[in-house]
Amino acid sequence: MTLLATKNICIGFPSRHGMFVAVNDLSISVEPGEILGIVGESGAGKSTVGNAIISLLQPPGKVISGEVWFKDQRIDNLSTEQKRRLRGKKIGMIFQDPQTSLDPLKTIKQQLVETIDLHLRLGRKGSEQRAIELLEQVGIPDPKLRMLHYPHQFSGGMRQRVVIALALCGEPELIIADEPTTALDVSVQKQILDLMRKLCIEKNVGMILVTHDMGVIAEVTDRVAVMYNSKLMEIGDTQQILGNPQHPYTQSLISAIPRPDKRIERFPLVTYIEDVIEPQDDFDLSSHWLGQSRDFSMQVDDDGTILQVQDLCMRFQISNSMFKSKRLYLDAVKQVNFSIKEGETFGIVGESGSGKSTIARMVTGLYQPYSGSVHFLGKEISAINHTPEVLAYRRQMQMVFQDPFSSLNGRMRVMDIVAEPIMFHKLATSREESQQIVLDLLKLVGMSDDAYAKYPHQFSGGQRQRISIARALATRPRFLICDEPTSALDVSVQAQILNLLKDLQQELNLTMMFISHDLPVIRQMCDRVAVMQHGQILELTETEQLFTDPQHSYSKHLLSLMPKLDMLTKRRQTTVQQPMDTQLSANSF
Amino acid sequence: MFSFLVKRLLQSIVVLIAVALIAFSLFKFVGDPINNMVGQDTTLDEREALRERLGLNDPFPIQFYHFITDAAVGDFGISYRHKIPVSDLIAERAPATLELSIISALLAVFIGIPMGVYTAIHRSGFISRSFMTLSLVGISLPTFLIGILFIFLFGVILRWLPTFGRGEVVAIGWWTTGLLTWSGIKSLILPSITLALFQMTLIMRLVRTEMLEVLCTDYIKFARARGLKENAVNFGHALKNTLIPVITIIGLQLGLVMAFAIITETVFQWPGMGMLFIQSIEEVDVPVMAAYLMMISLIFVGINLLVDILYAYVDPRLTIDGGSKHG
Repeated sequence: MTLLATKNICIGFPSRHGMFVAVNDLSISVEPGEILGIVGESGAGKSTVGNAIISLLQPPGKVISGEVWFKDQRIDNLSTEQKRRLRGKKIGMIFQDPQTSLDPLKTIKQQLVETIDLHLRLGRKGSEQRAIELLEQVGIPDPKLRMLHYPHQFSGGMRQRVVIALALCGEPELIIADEPTTALDVSVQKQILDLMRKLCIEKNVGMILVTHDMGVIAEVTDRVAVMYNSKLMEIGDTQQILGNPQHPYTQSLISAIPRPDKRIERFPLVTYIEDVIEPQDDFDLSSHWLGQSRDFSMQVDDDGTILQVQDLCMRFQISNSMFKSKRLYLDAVKQVNFSIKEGETFGIVGESGSGKSTIARMVTGLYQPYSGSVHFLGKEISAINHTPEVLAYRRQMQMVFQDPFSSLNGRMRVMDIVAEPIMFHKLATSREESQQIVLDLLKLVGMSDDAYAKYPHQFSGGQRQRISIARALATRPRFLICDEPTSALDVSVQAQILNLLKDLQQELNLTMMFISHDLPVIRQMCDRVAVMQHGQILELTETEQLFTDPQHSYSKHLLSLMPKLDMLTKRRQTTVQQPMDTQLSANSF
Repeated sequence: MFSFLVKRLLQSIVVLIAVALIAFSLFKFVGDPINNMVGQDTTLDEREALRERLGLNDPFPIQFYHFITDAAVGDFGISYRHKIPVSDLIAERAPATLELSIISALLAVFIGIPMGVYTAIHRSGFISRSFMTLSLVGISLPTFLIGILFIFLFGVILRWLPTFGRGEVVAIGWWTTGLLTWSGIKSLILPSITLALFQMTLIMRLVRTEMLEVLCTDYIKFARARGLKENAVNFGHALKNTLIPVITIIGLQLGLVMAFAIITETVFQWPGMGMLFIQSIEEVDVPVMAAYLMMISLIFVGINLLVDILYAYVDPRLTIDGGSKHG
């Protein structure tokens, strides 16, 4: 018997300008024990489907037409109270961010017992016992003690386990997981996915897994539905859809995913999407920057080294005390050494908290290193105290940040954002000249001229990241630091941005430091790569070497976690690994 | 936690000393105290002798030291106008003001918070909209105007409630209370509502805004997704999270109730400290002004200290070391 089925549902959000249709004529179904993936890019309407099934649509959104069936009961026309009774008891839900899904003011126990008692009526004692069992099932060590703790005392992966335990409280028959691993590190993601897979099989629970990540889809789902622009493109067996996609959108989407298994020169673009910006073939570089050539007065070393980092350390104080011995420090970066040659792309890969962004911040001078030195263009820039002198070097080095939404000032026009570094470094003699340069730069990164007078909120994430890149190029740097430049973007947009970076590097002979947690992206972008963990570089090698023959055990571990897109050899792991972060969080007590 | 308390206490003491300095400078700069004390016919020599005897020729730091040490034990000298110790004056007037302020504060908190919660949950209901409109009146009309309107409506036209004074009071030791007699309670109604109205509307709007924000968070959505009942979601999870930021503002506002009492007391001829203060200003009764200033600041600092402790008590993220998540 089919567990859940939607029949031609349309979901709309009425607004002043008429009805915005978020989901259009969608029919999907899930069987018990099956995992159905819903995949699509942002704005495809995939989360809306999940919210509609569990009837938690943000008002004024509503199901306009169509039916939702749970087993043999129609549920979309039930009363509010009847729908509430379904939630948790029949249909559970897991949200994206474990940091915000738990009430910060209540202990895990309070939250679990409240939910269990509501659904199973076990009384206080019985609910407590059940809570301990549940925590054990989701792999939380020492549940008796741990459940007295508050959410902030758990790590991200552990919190997501608690969230899963909470979703299981009412023993639901269907679980809707909305991007359950997007906020987690790769190794934790793997554990959580394995756990969910295991629970589905053991308890014969059906699951709808909403995600943008093809890797996750490939890893755990049985069947997959591909959505684009509020419509269902294709639905079928995961193996078949990923291995042999029929619909042109699916085909181009899959081709845009960075491949972990081999390096290719350019990413194929998702041509199905209407507003793809074609690369600017006709751009004449000699007119860029009004025909001025770049400042090469500062020479690189004889062996071509542009940046050299020696014994770099960074230490943060995490707890203050009047007594020196009681202060606690975190060594974010420990004794790091590397050098980057002119024209190469140097990658740094590692999980969150490994210190990769801290290095970028020390290199750019946002943090003062605790010890060690940074040599740039033959000069120890970490030791210069004289501001004008440092500025000359800073001009040669610019940074592109991760989040294109918060890294642009929302109250400034694009022209002012891009012109700001030019004005600050006094690189243009007049306002007209700087305006001309900004137009040049926007063209260079593939933006049209009318972007000039707009504000950042009028652009999509990918376009904003282009603006960020234009701003970084405004001082005509020779060295560009990209800190997770595409991790906030959709796959198709990521492909465009990565292509752009590659093009710019070739045309402008840029040197790049590329920071990412995403191994396939690293493989496509970098010449050499450093693998980091706990503030240390564990392995530093040629990229191809790392992917074909990793030396350090942690590199091997990371590579093994990389979602395989190889559909034919897909195997299913049902055993749950002993969680890696158990040890870490237990240690720090 | 302990070092946090010590730090807060030290900060409070610094604030109090700063206020004491301002209060003390009143003596120096608001007229000559000798002139205020003696008659026209006192000779210059007699004035000088009195000045010497009262220690007014001592250097500033020594005078200030005497002021602080005396103030610390509640001795603010003798009122110029009433010729009795300031501490006696204040002790006599304090119960009236404290009774009025505390009742108003309770009204503001216990009506304001539920109204805020109600308007947040039923965002577009008719009653919510009426509350919101009425609250605009509460915020925009000045206290004295509301007081006068109340007097006009309930005292003059309807003749339901008395319009001035405390009514009959009962003395319990040195404390006098109007809460034990019917006329005392009736007299309290108009002034306490007048005083509470502004804070009440402010608290209501604050709670509403904060609660709306909390209701949009993931953990509330997740609580709903677990099938928890509306009441459990709203009062079990949302309310507590709402109150954390609200506590700070409420603390500050309750201090303000005391300060606002001056106007209300004047309008309703309430025999409290506010009236005493206004009269002292008119008569340049500096010791009373200084004492009042010190007392109000002591109450402000005390409330803030309490708020800080309460804050740490309510929010586990502040008391329990969050270090474990750094792993």
